[in-house]
Amino acid sequence: MMEDEEYQGGEVKKFLYVNRRLPHGTVYALESLETVLIGAAFDQDVSMLFIDDGVYQLKKDQAPESIEFKNFSKTYRALEMYDVEKLFVERESLEERGLSEDDLLVDVEVIASKEVKALIDQNDVVLSF
Amino acid sequence: MKLAVLINEGPYQHQASDSAYQFVTAALAAGHEVMRVFFYHDGVNNGTRLTTPPQDDRHIQRRWSALADEHKLDLVLCVAACQRRGLVDEGEMKRNSKDAHNIADGFRISGLGQLVEAGIEADRLVTFGD
Repeated sequence: MMEDEEYQGGEVKKFLYVNRRLPHGTVYALESLETVLIGAAFDQDVSMLFIDDGVYQLKKDQAPESIEFKNFSKTYRALEMYDVEKLFVERESLEERGLSEDDLLVDVEVIASKEVKALIDQNDVVLSF
Repeated sequence: MKLAVLINEGPYQHQASDSAYQFVTAALAAGHEVMRVFFYHDGVNNGTRLTTPPQDDRHIQRRWSALADEHKLDLVLCVAACQRRGLVDEGEMKRNSKDAHNIADGFRISGLGQLVEAGIEADRLVTFGD
């Protein structure tokens, strides 16, 4: 089931989804993405931040099928169709893991650690997974 | 202030549900409105009425049910998280041809839209979890 939920309130808030965990190992990344997709029906102003191990969620060439996990990484590419276009990645998190923007599935805005606080402050609702 | 609460972890394993309960109790006592408590991830396990903790321990599920009854709280379990974890109400039981249901009094199953709506409508959405 998943009833079609249309929000009639008309209010628009700034939502920031903070993704801090590995794509696999726990279910947080997948269930965070589900919240973003469902939330898109509410026409809010949505941003996503990938930080710490969360940057791995956007890594190219994931192959979790070999451990019988669903490969939902392609869904990040579809976020554009849901009007979720503001994807931020913390530079230090990438660097600490030997990753660069070229390793990522989607276009993102790389921001410095010291800019993260301002990003959080700019948003009305922060959901951290 | 109009508050909403998100609980992301299961009972006993993690303190999130205890802290949230204490927060909600204190907020209500201080005259605030709690418009919704949303349970996500393993947090949905707070809503099974089959919970049977040792008698000398707190009964986390029953405590929520009693608080909901007293204050007309809206306790919402995420349907997608419930389906993965075997939390079933009567409607879901019939829809998925299960032989039982296990949702405690005062809880209801609904969609993630209820979480997003709470974020929009509440003055503050307070998360409990890691």
